Amino acid sequence: MKFGVLRFPGSCDEVDALDAARRVGDAELLWHGQRDLKGADAVVVPGGFSYGDYLRAGAIARFSPVMESVIAFARDGGLVLGICNGFQVLCEAHLLPGALLPNANLRFTFRQINLDVVEGDTAVTCACGSAGSSGEQTATRLSIPAKHSWGRYHADAPTLASMEERGQVVLRYAPGENFNGSLRDIAGVRNEHGNVFGLMPHPEHAVDELTGSTDGLCIFASMRMAVEGTRTGTPSGAHGEGHTQRAHGGQAGARV
Amino acid sequence: MSETATLPTVEDALALGLTRAEYELIREKQGRTPNQVELAMYSLLWSEHCAYKHSKKLLRTLPTDGPSVVMGPGENAGAVDVGDGLVCAFKVESHNHPSAVEPFQGAATGVGGILRDIFAIGARPIAVLDSLRFGEPHLKSCVASSREGGERAGKEDGGGAAGAGARSRYLLDRAVAGIGHYGNSIGVPTVGGEVYFEGPYEQNCLVNAMALGIAEREQLITSAAAGIGNTVLLFGASTGRDGIGGASVLASAELGEDDDKRPTVQVGDPFEEKKLMECSLELLQHGLLVSLQDLGAAGLTSSASEMASKGEVGIDIDVAKVPLREADMEPFEIMVSESQERMLCVVEPGNVGAVLELCEKWEVGGAAIGTVTDTGQMRVFDAGELVGTMPVRALVDDCPLYDLQPAKPTRTPYPAPEALLPQKTTPREALLALLSSANIASRRPLFEQYDAIVQSRTVRRPEQSDAAVLAIRPLGEAGVSGFSTSGPNPLSGAALEGARAGGSQAPGTPVPGIAVSIDGNGRRVAADPYSGTVAAVLECASNLACVGAEPLGTTNNLNFANPEKPHVAWQLTEAVRGLGDACRALRAPVVGGNVSLYNEGASAGPIYPTPVIGMVGRLPDARRAGRLGFARAGDTIAIAGPFAPHLGASELAKLWGWDLPDGLPPIDIEEVAATQAAIREAVRAGALSSAHDIAEGGLAVALAECCLGGELGARVSLPADLFGAEPAPATGREADWSGISAASASVPTMAGTLFGEGAGGFLISGGERELHALGERTQVWIVGSVGGQALRIDCPAPSHGDSRTGGERIECSLADLARAHGALAELFA
Repeated sequence: MKFGVLRFPGSCDEVDALDAARRVGDAELLWHGQRDLKGADAVVVPGGFSYGDYLRAGAIARFSPVMESVIAFARDGGLVLGICNGFQVLCEAHLLPGALLPNANLRFTFRQINLDVVEGDTAVTCACGSAGSSGEQTATRLSIPAKHSWGRYHADAPTLASMEERGQVVLRYAPGENFNGSLRDIAGVRNEHGNVFGLMPHPEHAVDELTGSTDGLCIFASMRMAVEGTRTGTPSGAHGEGHTQRAHGGQAGARV
Repeated sequence: MSETATLPTVEDALALGLTRAEYELIREKQGRTPNQVELAMYSLLWSEHCAYKHSKKLLRTLPTDGPSVVMGPGENAGAVDVGDGLVCAFKVESHNHPSAVEPFQGAATGVGGILRDIFAIGARPIAVLDSLRFGEPHLKSCVASSREGGERAGKEDGGGAAGAGARSRYLLDRAVAGIGHYGNSIGVPTVGGEVYFEGPYEQNCLVNAMALGIAEREQLITSAAAGIGNTVLLFGASTGRDGIGGASVLASAELGEDDDKRPTVQVGDPFEEKKLMECSLELLQHGLLVSLQDLGAAGLTSSASEMASKGEVGIDIDVAKVPLREADMEPFEIMVSESQERMLCVVEPGNVGAVLELCEKWEVGGAAIGTVTDTGQMRVFDAGELVGTMPVRALVDDCPLYDLQPAKPTRTPYPAPEALLPQKTTPREALLALLSSANIASRRPLFEQYDAIVQSRTVRRPEQSDAAVLAIRPLGEAGVSGFSTSGPNPLSGAALEGARAGGSQAPGTPVPGIAVSIDGNGRRVAADPYSGTVAAVLECASNLACVGAEPLGTTNNLNFANPEKPHVAWQLTEAVRGLGDACRALRAPVVGGNVSLYNEGASAGPIYPTPVIGMVGRLPDARRAGRLGFARAGDTIAIAGPFAPHLGASELAKLWGWDLPDGLPPIDIEEVAATQAAIREAVRAGALSSAHDIAEGGLAVALAECCLGGELGARVSLPADLFGAEPAPATGREADWSGISAASASVPTMAGTLFGEGAGGFLISGGERELHALGERTQVWIVGSVGGQALRIDCPAPSHGDSRTGGERIECSLADLARAHGALAELFA
């Protein structure tokens, strides 16, 4: 299983994402100027300030050569995860619904926050069953840092309604943790097809006890399980196959 | 050279900040009257900012050598050996006057400048810290000021809508935003810092930024130009008219009140710097550079001249080849522009193509603008026509150095702070007032605006420990930031567990770490420049000890007022003496630093003398880094070290409106250093649950901070003569809260015991056996235990029981403590 991690001028968290991915699989950086995805099974669009976030966060990155390939990869059902700035890029590229607006407090804000896993059977959460480092009760509550100034998730009412209906809201800020003013406490979403994901918090910064938490590791572990469970199947099968894999993932997590 | 242009006069020289004598000396060095280009370049390189005219002789007395020192003062940054073939480069620098004029850009470009200093020697920046000073913000929520705050605000500003502290609040808000804007956008974590609010900084705020980087030892590069005939190449942003005269006019003179100096403040672009940083580091990785230098104050003029001076060569530059962002710039403007995000390097002619290719990859401009020569001259051409030529030595080394005329003032130049807390108050009121005071309240509202974790090295974040702790990782993927994680590993439960335990590191393998602290309490230095500076250095080392780190090296930024005034010269001289003595005793040599003088507003008078100290240390295993918060209910609490608290120049004394004392009690540096070693080893051995250095606000505030840090209460009982090292006169024994005067400031009264300050005190918790064991290394008083949801301190009852002054009890719920400690939130609401 190989992750491709994009690198734009202005990316800041790409090596952190590379390291996180390498804890569960193989991973390589993909330069923004090249269209070759180097045979990646899944793509991570990392955090940072791609192209200086000029114009609007993520607005320029979506037009880069590598993004052309990522968009095609996604349309073919390839697994794509956007983190923070990457989430903004995927929204700008219309691979994900909605948009990210400036935080309600209008300031860059860094906090360790709690996330509730709303959809546990997606390609980025199927291994999160018992990842909560603080034990059973918080089995689907992840402690992960968030740091951004444009993180307020927004979409119009009909879109939000259909997203909720289709289970496209994957992660929510736990009660009291929604500092950026996101609608319906939405922290992470997926597309209708279930192969493109975006979240504002940084799972790649929660993969090592030494630096605070390991709750983010299950996001990357889930991606590996989804890919390996669907190599032979159809992309949308990420769910169906994911279920059988999840049991195993659950045991894996349970040993922690 | 075309002599058609009319030559500048001595008046022009004076306008550029030179003295008549200096102008005459320049004419002598030139053997003729300097033209406009030459005079502009001399005026910058002979400015206080570039030439250290008033401080160089003092700085020569500092210890700069030690077993760990890899690069000492003189280069863009100092560097110390941190093991495994890696070095840590670090330096602190000020951007005070630009920030007082335009706080957002001033602070942002301050961060940009210090980061360039780090990657200019080939190190990847891994952390930023900041040290800020502003006038009083007049917090409404401050328990103490709440009583009088209201009408005072009206008086001070003539009832102006702004209200008291408005300017300080504005400067704080914009400076913090500027630091965050630059550091967050460039992917370097801001892991720590400090801020104090004092009247003397009202007109002249201080914004100091410190950066750390790591590099493989053989990757380090110097700025010394070499190789006659080699190409001088400028890369990065294009050159405009911003920041012209910043070093001379702005940085080397007192701030006037009405003059508008905004045009001399540079404008920064972190995205340009991010590309410039990645580009520079990749150029070095491919071994394409002979030498590298950043462009900071005085732009091309100082960069080129210093490269030539260090390499003892000459340099020719053709300004017509410099990429410009503005039309019709004069040659002298191009030479002195302080446009940000630019680097200058020396390249062998054969490598120029490869260098420009990498610049293209990173979308960074690059242009060959000059040549290394054997003339010993700094020559400036404009499209081939010579427009200026100066001996490099005259420019860089021959600026006259001035002797200071130090004289201790007969009386302190600083007015007593406004009394915010009545003398007649209970210990509980005093504790809450201190916790909610601007200098002690939680810094969370500030550091929450900074990314503290990017690069995945941050083992201890702000408020988790006294010093920031960063894991040292080998430089990995394209030197980006270090990770040595291997390829694919099977997703088994074990693999997931292994990954959680630290991925690359096999469980049980130590993870070496770097600890860093920055400090500098100006009020103490104002009371006693020598002891106050010693205390600041010791506080940094104590912070390192609390996480288990041993000092490797020191950097410093000397922020002082006008050194031509005898009392300021005295402050500077005494402070540097204290800095040297403390660094020698700690074996933490000074590997770099910066001096910022003339920090005084026209009417406001001098700032507190403020030596800001930055110290870097090493931990053998970051997994055992200490924490400041209480960790386990049932743990025993002890006070360790040669702690002799006194109220002079303390935070409580400030709230009470006391005058600054003339001098502070002497400090036994060696004894404090020995205690730091004992604490450090106990932390490394995992013998302590928590370790916190007793600082501003004294013991009671330290206890509150440990409770809040661990969300655990504590029960503590303190005998009246706890710190009665010095026999107290009978009068002083009377713990009458209304009767404490400056005269008895150093007497161990109830107030002195609870809120007195002094070097060498630690508040530690852990198993009783471990704490007793520490008693064999240093003084240890067992004073209580951890537990519950409240802090209870039974205060000293005077030994000759007098009912009127009987024992007092402080009892505060964690919620009450947290509410008071959160006082700064209103500044960013």
